[in-house]
Amino acid sequence: MLLSVENLQVSYDKIKALHGVNFDIDEGEIVTIIGANGAGKSTTLRAISRMVPVDEGTRMTFQDKDLLKYAADKVVSQLGISHVPEGRRLFGNLTVLENLKLATFARKDRENIVKDIERVFAIFPRLDERKTQKAGTLSGGEQQMLAIGRAFMSGRKIMLLDEPSMGLAPLLMLNVFEALKEINKEGTTILLVEQNARMALKFAGRGYVLESGNLVLEGPSEELLENPEVKKAYLGG
Amino acid sequence: MAFFLQNLVNALQWGSFYALIALGYSMVYSILMLFNFAHGDIFMVGAYIGFGVATGLMVLASLWAFTLPGWLILVLTILLSMFLTSFLGMFVERVGYRPLREAPRASAAITGLMIGIILEILILWGMGTQRVSFPSLIDTVTYNIGGVFITNKKIMIVAISLSFMLALHLFIKKTRWGMAMRAMAFDYVVVPLMGVSINHIARMTFAIGSALAAVAGILFGVAYPVLDPYMGIIFGWKAFVAAILGGRGSIMGATLAGFLLGFIEIFVAMIFPSTLRDLIAYSIVLLILVFRPYGFFGEPYSAKLRL
Ligand SMILES: Nc1ncnc2c1ncn2[C@@H]1O[C@H](COP(=O)(O)OP(=O)(O)O)[C@@H](O)[C@H]1O
Ligand SMILES: [Mg+2]
Repeated sequence: MLLSVENLQVSYDKIKALHGVNFDIDEGEIVTIIGANGAGKSTTLRAISRMVPVDEGTRMTFQDKDLLKYAADKVVSQLGISHVPEGRRLFGNLTVLENLKLATFARKDRENIVKDIERVFAIFPRLDERKTQKAGTLSGGEQQMLAIGRAFMSGRKIMLLDEPSMGLAPLLMLNVFEALKEINKEGTTILLVEQNARMALKFAGRGYVLESGNLVLEGPSEELLENPEVKKAYLGG
Repeated sequence: MAFFLQNLVNALQWGSFYALIALGYSMVYSILMLFNFAHGDIFMVGAYIGFGVATGLMVLASLWAFTLPGWLILVLTILLSMFLTSFLGMFVERVGYRPLREAPRASAAITGLMIGIILEILILWGMGTQRVSFPSLIDTVTYNIGGVFITNKKIMIVAISLSFMLALHLFIKKTRWGMAMRAMAFDYVVVPLMGVSINHIARMTFAIGSALAAVAGILFGVAYPVLDPYMGIIFGWKAFVAAILGGRGSIMGATLAGFLLGFIEIFVAMIFPSTLRDLIAYSIVLLILVFRPYGFFGEPYSAKLRL
């Protein structure tokens, strides 16, 4: 087991956003958590990357290491957990290349960095064309590619993706998911959270359904796609 | 014309002090959205540390009866004092500001003022009430160039200041630490997701800013060899003005604004009675801010404060 989350609880200003969430991810898997706006999807990812404090009773391990012992930057640099945040959050004042390089800040294997940047450019040729451009000048689709590329550079054991399909035209969305498949094939485990349930379930092998801070359903994607409740609530009937 | 050029030279020197101090203000403000109001006093302590190091080196040299040329003492004093003062900056960051990173900005601001007062008291306590005079490490040589009097010290002060500014500029443009600083200025919340420790970058920024303040302090001591524990207050405020005038996130802006303040002050004093100098100079600054509320190169901070 790569990542294990047990009884995950997070509160914002004393109001619980997650009420004890449990799930596991094995190495190499693509897993999705779907849920409506406000269900707690982003909070789950923030908790794993240690960007929000968790409540008493929470246990999270990554490769049998206690995740709670790591600060946010160490989660990335020492455990290889990367996080593509909601809204991409690129550094608009840095160039495309600088955004990618910054993500390697703490990497020890400096000899591999050039090769990895080339890999990112091979997956997303559009970024190669724009590498000296400021990230703030990219289109929405290019920004999402750069956000994924940046995560690829920072840590590659597991990638946490927060609604990468948001704001993308359908064709571009397909491109992005194709690229993610490829990254997964090369050994990166993927945890994807999405409101776009159909897309996410087609992409992932397994899924969880999150409702108001509780996981209410889980199963292989094909099952969830056929589940009447999921169909009614998330797939438009 | 000679009169004008004479003032230009003086303004360059005066502006160097402001610009060097303003850089520290500006960097901290850029990456942490915080005004380090102790920074003027760090400049003051830097000057005293420079005084201590220079005196110590001279005593050592005379004890062991070898001759250290004055310029070498000055170079060693600058480097050693930068090193020592950077620890003061890191200490201030760790003890004063890090615990308040999530606190309201006003709390962090008064912390800076408190630390500043503490530094003044400590120096006052340690050095006594009388002013100390900075050792004269190099002899003044005056060149008369077409009626404009330029001293070797002025040239040196401006040259050293400009070199450090250029070095900082390159550091921020070219290195990954500089890149991390720029990223933090844009959206500091996301920076840990890049595997970068915010604490490390904050500590480094305080270290660099304080080291530059020490350079300003020593150069000030070379030009005006009288130090007193309150010398940092006015300089601090004016450098703060320069940092704001330059615009958040802009090293270039802070540098230019520091020099601009120097020029405005010197040239206002050239025309008007010197008692009116600051009144007129800072009315000009206010006027500039009315037309450019974010300063010369600043932009509104747009990033969200949470992930
Ligand atoms: N920074 C925050 N401060 C306070 N409440 C928050 C914050 N972020 C999220 N919440 C609340 O936590 C709950 C879960 O939010 P979130 O994890 O963003 O959901 P999702 O990503 O599924 O849309 C929501 O009720 C939201 O209002
Ligand atoms: Mg969300």
